[in-house]
Amino acid sequence: MVELSVLQQKFGTELAENSFRDNRRVDVPAAKLFDLLSSLKSDHGFDMLIDLTAVDYLEYEGATDRFGVLYMLLNVTSGERLIVRTAVNLPDPKLPTVYSLWRGCDWLEREVFDMFGIVFEGHPDLRRILMPEEFTSFPLRKDYPLKGRGERHNFPVITRAGS
Amino acid sequence: MIETEGWHRTAQVEFPIVFVAWLLLMPLTPVDNLEAESAEREYVWTLNFGPQHPATHTTLRLVLTLDGERVLNAVPYVGYLHSGFEKLGEHLDFNQYVTIVDRMNYLSPLANEIAWHHAVEKLLNIELTPRCKYLRTILAELMRMHDHLLNLGTTALDLGGFTAFLYFFQQREHIYDIVEMASGQRFHTSYTRVGGVLFDVNTDWVNRVRKFIKEFPKVYDDVDRLLTKNRIFVDRTKGIGYLSPEDAINLGACGPVARASGIQRDLRRDEPYLAYEDLDFDVVCSRGGDCYSRYLVRMRELLESLKIIEQAIENIPSGPVNIAVDSDMVLPAKPSVYRSIEGLIQHFEVIMPNKGYEVPREQVYAATESPNGELGFFIVGNAETRAYRARTRPPSFIHFSMFPHLIKNHQLSDVVAVLGSINIIAAELDR
Repeated sequence: MVELSVLQQKFGTELAENSFRDNRRVDVPAAKLFDLLSSLKSDHGFDMLIDLTAVDYLEYEGATDRFGVLYMLLNVTSGERLIVRTAVNLPDPKLPTVYSLWRGCDWLEREVFDMFGIVFEGHPDLRRILMPEEFTSFPLRKDYPLKGRGERHNFPVITRAGS
Repeated sequence: MIETEGWHRTAQVEFPIVFVAWLLLMPLTPVDNLEAESAEREYVWTLNFGPQHPATHTTLRLVLTLDGERVLNAVPYVGYLHSGFEKLGEHLDFNQYVTIVDRMNYLSPLANEIAWHHAVEKLLNIELTPRCKYLRTILAELMRMHDHLLNLGTTALDLGGFTAFLYFFQQREHIYDIVEMASGQRFHTSYTRVGGVLFDVNTDWVNRVRKFIKEFPKVYDDVDRLLTKNRIFVDRTKGIGYLSPEDAINLGACGPVARASGIQRDLRRDEPYLAYEDLDFDVVCSRGGDCYSRYLVRMRELLESLKIIEQAIENIPSGPVNIAVDSDMVLPAKPSVYRSIEGLIQHFEVIMPNKGYEVPREQVYAATESPNGELGFFIVGNAETRAYRARTRPPSFIHFSMFPHLIKNHQLSDVVAVLGSINIIAAELDR
């Protein structure tokens, strides 16, 4: 099991650890994220990226940052799990890509970009993945309404005569 | 008529010019790096596979770059079935969202429900009753068989074996019957609830499952003899779509796909949930890493699932199936709602958004071993009876992202073999 004190020696005391049920989490500032993840992969054996996702804290009580980004890591040999959390803010939410560590992050980062508009710098192919290319909003942000902004209703109607 | 003649004239004039130009330019193409530049060569062509193609089974699209019949590159395009499930999860409460979760992997709807409520119950710290744990285990394993039966059947169908498909689909009908007896629905069951299930099962149901357990091995043997050593089937799948153990870990493979590459990981054994701790079963692994190994792993898992169901159905404990109504988390039984004031108040308090039960302001990730691999739900609670964020970790999404890696340098006809072997469910892929 990776000890917090070992990580704090390397990355400073800004690292905070907390847990809920059996989930163990480490909070890290965005500037040190990549170094921490690459150290977790190479020194502590977290060789699989299970999931990468984000949360919009716009309406969350007591939240200070706009977006939380979560990396769920797994050590395949020992079965140990760890969630690394970081925060990014508007107007320029961006994080370094972890494509060089886990190639499996490719589509996951594209999905977070598509849904939340968080840019992963250095990603080889950062395009929208689930929404159409010409879509302009980020649907999973809390300020995007459930019913959409009329995208489905404002399609140009092509009639037989006009085509 | 005039237009046609005109077209002929221009074609006659232009063709020799193009041909001569091509002849002149041809010697200029460097011979030694043909391989590297093959994507730029003139006879490389692009094939649009999908979004509606019988072998994709649902709607997904591949743009294949072909050199003759060899696939040089494949670019998947997804999102055709995107319906905003995760956004809906933020607006429906924990019991309502189960109807949406059903529709993700529609080959094993109950497995999704169980995974969703597993995560919710972890957030709320609910310990299920022993009967519910066993019941959900039996249903989850039936769903695993249900999913594998379709996957194996249609993979065989895509590769030209029609008989196995029909044999397995008949068995799926039996599982539909069993699920219908328990929940009243064949397909989108919406059967689990926070802290339990909708109805308890009865003796008839147990006997129906016993009958299925007795009948299934014969069909399994038939299909095993039809496919496993079938020359055509083995030729079409062996050595196709190889995934090395290192790549499987790096790309995030899970479930049967990872186990076929030799990753010995199964959440039922490694992080036991429900009743799996009490039951005896083997984790099926293979070292091959190709489509044939994935087929073998899934085939063998059918028998392991049957073994689990057999043990669980004989040892299913008696007692209540839902947690105590006093906890204010579970809906009371319908007769008590209709016939007593206490039951009606209880029902009202659970349902009303401003009453309800206490949800911690916390986040939790919980995963189960679904037929396709690790199906996880990440829930952020915000003191409401609905999720603030309901993230699904869909195995199909992760597996489809490795498709270009698997298909590279194989033949066009292998596309369907690889697609079948990683079992892409587009509804889960796009959510």
